[in-house]
Amino acid sequence: MKALLPDFVLNIWMSVWGWLPPLMQYLVETTFWILVVMITVILAVAFTTYFERKVIGYMQGRIGPNRVGPLGLGQPFADVIKLLIKEVIVPGKSNRFLFIIAPLLTLIPALATWAVIPLTDTFVIADINAGLLYVLSLTSVGVYGVILAGWATNSKYALLGAMRSAAQIVAYEIAMGFALVGVLMAGGSLNLGVITEAQSGGFSSWFVWPLLPLFFVYLISGVAETNRAPFDVAEGESEIVAGFHVEYSGVAFALFFLGEYANIILISALTSILFLGGYNSFFEGWTFLGEGHFLREPALLWLIIKICFFIFVFFWLRATFPRYRYDQIMRLGWKVFIPVTIVWIVVEGVMAWMQVGPWRNLAG
Amino acid sequence: MLFHAILFYTFAAILVGAALGVIFSRNPVHGVMFLVLAFFQSAMLWLLAEAEFLAIVLVLVYVGAVMVLFLFVVMMLDINIERAGDGYTRYWQLGIGIAGLMVFELIQIVLMRGRGADSGNGFAATPEGYSNTEALGAVLYTEHVYAFEIAAVILLLAIIAAITLTMRKRPGLKQQDISAQVAVRAADRIRVVKMDSERPDAGSES
Repeated sequence: MKALLPDFVLNIWMSVWGWLPPLMQYLVETTFWILVVMITVILAVAFTTYFERKVIGYMQGRIGPNRVGPLGLGQPFADVIKLLIKEVIVPGKSNRFLFIIAPLLTLIPALATWAVIPLTDTFVIADINAGLLYVLSLTSVGVYGVILAGWATNSKYALLGAMRSAAQIVAYEIAMGFALVGVLMAGGSLNLGVITEAQSGGFSSWFVWPLLPLFFVYLISGVAETNRAPFDVAEGESEIVAGFHVEYSGVAFALFFLGEYANIILISALTSILFLGGYNSFFEGWTFLGEGHFLREPALLWLIIKICFFIFVFFWLRATFPRYRYDQIMRLGWKVFIPVTIVWIVVEGVMAWMQVGPWRNLAG
Repeated sequence: MLFHAILFYTFAAILVGAALGVIFSRNPVHGVMFLVLAFFQSAMLWLLAEAEFLAIVLVLVYVGAVMVLFLFVVMMLDINIERAGDGYTRYWQLGIGIAGLMVFELIQIVLMRGRGADSGNGFAATPEGYSNTEALGAVLYTEHVYAFEIAAVILLLAIIAAITLTMRKRPGLKQQDISAQVAVRAADRIRVVKMDSERPDAGSES
């Protein structure tokens, strides 16, 4: 800071800062951190698209984008500029207002959820008690963008896509919610920071082991919730062209895209935090490294590694599996996942009550 | 405190505006979206009252689930928007009667507070480390557990009743047997046959 700015600028800044009332200081500080997290997430989204094209390229024996910049790293920016300078076409018989705000409604919940994500052991924008509920309610609001886009477009394909997406998201949300119930029982709190703290102590104390069925249910429901392959019937380009965003172009389409990838990163982050210990280190249990070794300390890097792994899993699934048939998606959600989660919650409750297993210390 | 007051009046104003929008919008989808906005604003008011659990659950249940299904149904309706306003002129006496009753009740509540029947002056300060969710759960699952369970059973009954009323078995219905489909193995569908090549020199060609 000292090196970057001349002294008098720093002095003016400090005196202005001290003159501000505490409420304004709080608002300015929070806004600053919100901007930092938002810009990081949006940049991450840009490179996630590149990552996806590279991963799928190599899985299909291709190279993927390699023309723009070194290793093709400039590709996301080329895409963004292309989409920004394209015309946004609003269909004549569409509902103009809803047509325009629908992409925003998918993007905003995906970004707003980052407010409660604990990024390190000391940093979280809003440390609220009901963090897990906040996450659940905001992810459930995201479905409005898809439904309204499908309806406002006033096209058969878009409406079909919206209907499929809505039914699918409502179905998988229940399984997701039940998986979260298991996590909050194990963590003993709705606060994401407390849940992460409960998983400290090394690899073996992560919730993924005692909650293995819930972990898989949550991950797969997350894939379904974000309308990604193999659950991407809402887009279904071979049957209903592109589903709900068939008539979107230019920036409006880019916003949908941004929302989808922001949701992927969000689901990956949540899975890492809820089941893989979030910012806790992989090597925390390695006592032979000695006390206070940097590999054993919690850090943002561990969270980022876990998030990147789950993002990779999303692309891996897309490159591996063919699209599900619609009735099979519904069956999996309602008749497989929901019973599995309910059974596991009962198992967890009974074990905590009988004082056996990893929940011995839970029933206090 | 001033900041709280500003927030309260902003949210309350948007809430009233959204509620009026629900009544006066011609397009039913717009009406549903106004209702969603109204739910959000009332959740904000609850947050200001430090009832964060109730506020978030309001968004989760009503906005995230109930209104999605509502929107789903309304989207499918084929309403003639020009004719939808006719109901106003036919039912205005009834509407004014109900509105008058509600205004009367609200005035009574405000008057009762004014007479000091209810403490009403803000909320008791919450102690440090107080968790809304825990407090609610502790009461709900101990003191009020019977009421809670009975409410749950009534809801379950309503679900079963709704399904029973709408379910009808038609004869000759063709259905997929999913478990049979899942249980299928490759050997059930295809048969791999080993046979000699037709021509003696065909082995080297591909």
